[in-house]
Amino acid sequence: MLMELLRLYHYWVFAMLLMIGFYAVVAKPNLIKKLIGLSLFQAAVFLLYITMGKVDGGTAPIFQPGLVNQVFSNPLPQVLILTAIVVGISTMALGLGIVVRIKEEYGSTEEDVIQEINRRW
Amino acid sequence: MVNWSQHLPVLQVIIPMLCAPLVALLQPRSFAWFAATATSLFAFVIAIMITTGVFAGQDYSYNMGSWPAPYGIELGVDAFSAILLLIVTGASALALLAGRSSLDTDIETDRQPFFYAAWLLALAGMSGILVSADAFNIFVFMEISALASYVLVASGGDRRALPAVFKYLIMGTIGATFYLIGIGLIYLMTGTLNLADMELRIHEVADQKPILVAAGFITIGLALKAAVFPLHMWLPNTYTYAPTIVTVFLAACSTKVSLYLLLRFDFFVFQPNLVNHDIQFSYYLMPLAVLAILIASAVALFEQNLKRMLAYSSVAQIGYIMLGASLVSLTGLTAGIVHMFNHALAKGTLFLAVACLATRIPEFRLSDVSGAARDMPWTMGAFVVGGLSLIGIPGTAGFISKWYLISAALGEGIIGIALVAVIVVSSLMALAYIWRVIEIAYFRTPKNSAVTLREAPPVLLAATWTAALANIYFGLVPSLPVSLSSSAAETLMRHVP
Amino acid sequence: MTFLFSAFVLTLLVVTALAIVRTGNLFVAIMLTGIFSLLMAVIFFLLDAPDVALTEATIGAGISTVLFLGALALTGEHERTGSTNRPLALVVVIATALIVIYATFDKPRFGDPQAPVQQHVAPWYLEHTPESIDIPNSVTAVLGSFRGYDTLGEVFVVFTAGIGVLILLGSAPAMRSGKDRTRPVRSSEGLRHYLIPRVVGRFLIPVILLFGLYVQFHGDYGPGGGFQAGALIAAAFILYALLEGKEQALAVLPRQVLTALMVGGALLYGGVGVASMLLGGNFLDYSVLTSNPITGQHIGLLLIEVGVGATVMGVLLSVFHAFAARGGHEKC
Repeated sequence: MLMELLRLYHYWVFAMLLMIGFYAVVAKPNLIKKLIGLSLFQAAVFLLYITMGKVDGGTAPIFQPGLVNQVFSNPLPQVLILTAIVVGISTMALGLGIVVRIKEEYGSTEEDVIQEINRRW
Repeated sequence: MVNWSQHLPVLQVIIPMLCAPLVALLQPRSFAWFAATATSLFAFVIAIMITTGVFAGQDYSYNMGSWPAPYGIELGVDAFSAILLLIVTGASALALLAGRSSLDTDIETDRQPFFYAAWLLALAGMSGILVSADAFNIFVFMEISALASYVLVASGGDRRALPAVFKYLIMGTIGATFYLIGIGLIYLMTGTLNLADMELRIHEVADQKPILVAAGFITIGLALKAAVFPLHMWLPNTYTYAPTIVTVFLAACSTKVSLYLLLRFDFFVFQPNLVNHDIQFSYYLMPLAVLAILIASAVALFEQNLKRMLAYSSVAQIGYIMLGASLVSLTGLTAGIVHMFNHALAKGTLFLAVACLATRIPEFRLSDVSGAARDMPWTMGAFVVGGLSLIGIPGTAGFISKWYLISAALGEGIIGIALVAVIVVSSLMALAYIWRVIEIAYFRTPKNSAVTLREAPPVLLAATWTAALANIYFGLVPSLPVSLSSSAAETLMRHVP
Repeated sequence: MTFLFSAFVLTLLVVTALAIVRTGNLFVAIMLTGIFSLLMAVIFFLLDAPDVALTEATIGAGISTVLFLGALALTGEHERTGSTNRPLALVVVIATALIVIYATFDKPRFGDPQAPVQQHVAPWYLEHTPESIDIPNSVTAVLGSFRGYDTLGEVFVVFTAGIGVLILLGSAPAMRSGKDRTRPVRSSEGLRHYLIPRVVGRFLIPVILLFGLYVQFHGDYGPGGGFQAGALIAAAFILYALLEGKEQALAVLPRQVLTALMVGGALLYGGVGVASMLLGGNFLDYSVLTSNPITGQHIGLLLIEVGVGATVMGVLLSVFHAFAARGGHEKC
């Protein structure tokens, strides 16, 4: 019962992090803040996957010599999230590169300022 | 001896993908262009071979690493992926062939090897999505093509491309992450990532809430990437400020690959299993499609920038494709898929003509092209052909898809007549906004009539006319796209109960 | 006990996330993001995912923080407070959250060994790892072989990002750095005049490098592999650059070497796939590499992990140097 509650709590934290990250992406005008929000948003999804792979009473899916009949957690979501973390940092690096160029060209990293400059131009 | 024909699906992806790092190293920039173009042409040849194989009924399922299907990653090609492969590889090859001089002006010399590498990666990413039969693998290739597309858009000299591409990156990543959430929830309920396996196993849990939520997330995420109205906000500025040759490539295929995925998921995984999914699919998508067609066409009508006008027209055209699909009928889907092909032709031609103009005219305000037809008759001629195809004049490719769309709509009774009205009105709007350009280019005197513009470079012009003639050819002899589309539609409809 | 600890860390995670969004100072936000990643790594560890925890700690808390700070040095740390289009944002966000919560009403059965997610594919991997690949870490087996094509794709995602940052930031200040070489600038000397960081750093760098190599080649047996190793080794060189100055770091590992690592790693991975095709197997079927399928799998895994490590390291360091070079004369 307690474990079940804990697993559900993991899921709710996923939902909350998703909300917080998404809010920062949509509502914050600063471009770097948007990227930070995006990384929270992605991290929430990592939590979802890893939570679903956990088996109660299981251990990490690494075979240990001499032990038989071990219960392992599911390796597949872990593999997927390893991939997703690396995809996430790649997106972030590219996004930061774009922000740096925007700052050089426009002198600002605030969305509305940039829009204003573009409109006047 | 290796039997290469069996490896075709994987070759389609890895040839451009593995050539990309090599191209990045090629120092004299003309080599980079040459290598990228050759690779792209080769990919087009592979796509043609796959298409003929599909016609001959060959089974292209392929187990990566020889691991059996739901455990390893499976590739598969059917008529639906074949027609999209033709569009993607064809657009890439033609744009590269045409684009050398144009790209030389848009991209700084020392960035060119990286630029062409990114182009090949975009091509590989899109091909990877099209041949994959594994939900998570699709996500990975979606990210390759997405990141490569951001790079392509941002690599030009126009600083306004940077905020545009940032928005594209944010929305693209949100779309991909939504897709990932959806896949996660389906995996949670079925324990599989293979699409065919998913379809079978989802059946037992189809009425459960996580699956419904997954369907929502996947549909919204992919709609965001496909720029389905009202999630198209990233598209107009991206297309407007990207280097024009990049716009040719992206406008012809990037949103269509996402649409392909949207349809594939909805028809393969959700339609057969979720109760009333076909009706919900129609209820949500049809109004959006109609709004997309009408609103985006209206915006295009008043747009002062040539490229942005064509970009809004793309949003409207995505609406046509969705409209066809939302009818959930054989003719409707055929119409939608044929329109993917024909719209790629028409919009490709129009943007290539814009690329021709761009070699002589720095900006794309409509007033900048006044009188351009006097000095650049061939360019404007191709633009007119592309425009006629976009409007759907008989004898052009655009007419074929409009024809199928109207006959599909007429099969739907009362609603159908309203839909036909929408199609007719929006075609008139397309006529109006294309005519605006034609009127300005042909009948206004040039701003500075003393200066004579030279006609675009011959290679670019030849490629533009190749695309223009393809519009006419596929308008007169539509059997290839139509037979592929109807067999794709049959495959999709087979999954609808 | 685990229950209390997990619940505590999860709550802390949410609090950190809220603080990240609320603060108006981007420097603080980035530091908090590092803490957020470390907390996340702890949770992953508690959820039996040591590989993911290691990756999140090196990439999320380490590299990502460095990159954000590098960008911040170029853009300024103050954010104008307030939010735009707040009502719209709230509606969208709350709707999303409600939909996500709605999915829990049907009892998704987290943690239940009989749940569908733990059946079907997963047991097959656990069963076939010892018999077809014969390494203890089934995460490495799935990552490298059963789903090796995903990992190949992922290496190319990293590669694309590297190319992208080099296109965006690589070319413009090339002239400036050319001048730097003849006339060393004081600011690029890093922390050379600070004794304690240098001594500690000098001691740390070889340790990190060794640990990186261990993680690289021990991934078959324990948590680790190319991604984590690439990130760790990159972190060691970044530390070196911070201590000794970026010029010195570039002298040790010039840009061309980094590009070669980036390209070479990607090609090595792809090359293994092509080789297995030429030897008569399917793409990425390592079993055909030698006469003994299991040895073939081992060789294949070893090679692709090296490819992954090289590309990740090359890209991360290239990106770091691209940011650092933009700083011009006032920042390190």
